[in-house]
Amino acid sequence: MARMNMIQAINNALDTMLSRDPDVLIFGEDTGYFGGVFRVTDGLQKKHGLKRCFDTPISEGGIIATAIGMGAYGLRPVAEIQFADYILPAFDQLVSEAARLRYRSAGEFWAPITVRSPYGGGIFGGQTHSQSPEAIFAHITGLKTVIPSTPYDAKGLLIAAIEDDDPVIFLEPKRLYNGPFDGRHDQALKTWAAEESAEVPEGHYTVPLGKAAVVREGQDVTVLAYGTMVHVAAAGIADSGIDAELIDLRSIVPLDIDTIVESVRKTGRCVILHEASRFGGFGGELSALIQERCFYHLESPVERVAGWDTPYPHAFEWDYFPGPARLAKALVRVMEA
Amino acid sequence: MSNKIPLDLHIPEPPARPGDIPDFSHIVVPEAGATRRPDTAEAEAAMRDLPFGLVRVLDDEGNAVGPWNPRLDADSLRRGLCTMLRCRAFDERMFRAHRQGKTSFYMKSTGEEAIAVAQSMMLDRDDMCFPTYRVMGWLHARGYPLLDMVNQIFSNANDPLKGRQLPILFSAREYGFYTLSGNVGSRFGHAVGWAMASAYKNDDRIALAYIGEGTTAEGDFHEALTFASVYRAPVLLCVTNNQWAISSFSGIAGGEATTFAAKAIAYGLPGLRVDGNDFLAVWAATQWAAERARNNLGATLIEFFTYRAAGHSTSDDPTKYRPADEATHWPLGDPVERLKQHLIALGEWDDARHEAVIAELDIEVREAIKAGEAVGTLGKSKPPVAEMFEGVFKEPDWRVIEQRRELGV
Repeated sequence: MARMNMIQAINNALDTMLSRDPDVLIFGEDTGYFGGVFRVTDGLQKKHGLKRCFDTPISEGGIIATAIGMGAYGLRPVAEIQFADYILPAFDQLVSEAARLRYRSAGEFWAPITVRSPYGGGIFGGQTHSQSPEAIFAHITGLKTVIPSTPYDAKGLLIAAIEDDDPVIFLEPKRLYNGPFDGRHDQALKTWAAEESAEVPEGHYTVPLGKAAVVREGQDVTVLAYGTMVHVAAAGIADSGIDAELIDLRSIVPLDIDTIVESVRKTGRCVILHEASRFGGFGGELSALIQERCFYHLESPVERVAGWDTPYPHAFEWDYFPGPARLAKALVRVMEA
Repeated sequence: MSNKIPLDLHIPEPPARPGDIPDFSHIVVPEAGATRRPDTAEAEAAMRDLPFGLVRVLDDEGNAVGPWNPRLDADSLRRGLCTMLRCRAFDERMFRAHRQGKTSFYMKSTGEEAIAVAQSMMLDRDDMCFPTYRVMGWLHARGYPLLDMVNQIFSNANDPLKGRQLPILFSAREYGFYTLSGNVGSRFGHAVGWAMASAYKNDDRIALAYIGEGTTAEGDFHEALTFASVYRAPVLLCVTNNQWAISSFSGIAGGEATTFAAKAIAYGLPGLRVDGNDFLAVWAATQWAAERARNNLGATLIEFFTYRAAGHSTSDDPTKYRPADEATHWPLGDPVERLKQHLIALGEWDDARHEAVIAELDIEVREAIKAGEAVGTLGKSKPPVAEMFEGVFKEPDWRVIEQRRELGV
């Protein structure tokens, strides 16, 4: 089986779907001939033709509106937004249109679209190439939000997203594109070559939306993470020496509440880790759900380790980025509580 | 002291406000037949006069004149007239139903009926309209059942949209009518995507989208025109310039500076400016643009020059911001009266038949309303509350299932 980095795995998912379903087509800024600024769609136009993978104007609202119209026609468009930070001009299309089409038309129209977008920090991208907007989408009824953490999951989740009949925001942790990154920024870069989770089967397979993965079993505390933070969490857990159970949510909508509740009831403790700023972040929702469902099993307050409530600052990348040391401290705190 | 001229901020104002004599002297109305009709294959660059003309077919005497005359048979003309009358009859009765507390909201199309009715009749059943809330004539022209309309407006147990939408924000896929929403403009680009999909599939269906002149200021409008131009989408992009966006006159949307049809020029699209109160001109312009779309020549922007004779909605009182009798001074007249005059001039219609049709339609509409009332008006009847939780996703997730249980439905 081939080992792939996450870029190759996503490219392979798109290639698989273009080959399999003539109603799938791909478009976005620089997505066509050039293959995207991160090379994710490299070679797809050449292989599948101009009409299957093409460039769009710099118009995120126009890209998503076009995708919705195509979806309503019966196609399965995969739109790329170059950076998740640039998705906001399309916010009205996602919130007022894509998310509502099925509901307001009583099932006459729907938007089976997938919106791919690189998100997250760790690349010195500054304020406009580093943000993690997942909580904004999670709040919108009718949107699904998926975030892979490995090449295997990236391909399987993306195929599931494309085949899904509801609109899916597919956030790609750009710091993981070329290798697993555990937040130890001062150490040598790793590639995916050594990772089992980079074993990506050829052809079609899916990882179901809404099914979390227990990455590490443990008894003492549950750590909830997704995307890049899954790898950071693993490092933080190792540093702390605490027997933590690490859950990769894989999608925040739909959310695998059963796996979360089962784990927290077992461990009695929980730390939530995400890159997005803390206040109003998705960690708040997770914390509330755990409080509602696991209160009498809790041995200590649920902790959130997250980006600070500031814009993403360029020079302070590693002061902002919630790395393994901050998680390890939180794990110690909840164990001592 | 600087010797530069002090700058002055311009805030557009309409020529007449309440209490003033209506003033449309700034509107130049070319004679019917005066605007040329180029071949649909003519290059866009050669057509840049059209956005400043006004396609008109019906003259002041009700004769069809000039190169845009679509030469419709009398049956089609009568059907168009009766459909406009049906739309008007329905609007009048539903407006009254709102005043009687039977629903929360209603919007009339008065004065603009020719646009949707002619376009709905002219285009094919398989084509798709991306509507605004003022084109109910589209559905009337395609025989959408009045009772279903009433049930939707009353949000009662038989509401085809299951109680989820404001009155008249219909969706009617079988009638080529895309799902409406209360936020304006955001479906304009869907029409372009839909049309691109048809072209991608090598199908033969085209799309038509409406937007008000006020909403042309939204980014959605410009994004849609960009995509339509870039990908040569088979779509008719229609601006219904009814002069008023709630209380803001068209100058607030840029109408003082140029025509809305002229927005097409910067996108390299043909722009037609059309007398929207002239059923024949609307028909002919639609036919022309549809021919271009079907021949892979791409999109056309059409400005329908018309007048919103009624208030914006049941929540609006236009006498607060414009002369109460402005509609009667509108230089392009009333679309129903003009088509009626034409049919009479042809010897194909008369006042007696006209009055008889109005009376028949009133009975038909009242019967539909009565049948809707029998099901129930707003608050007296509604779909099962469980419907509130359906259709969020294709399959409900645990949140919706749990919350439905919590509410006990």
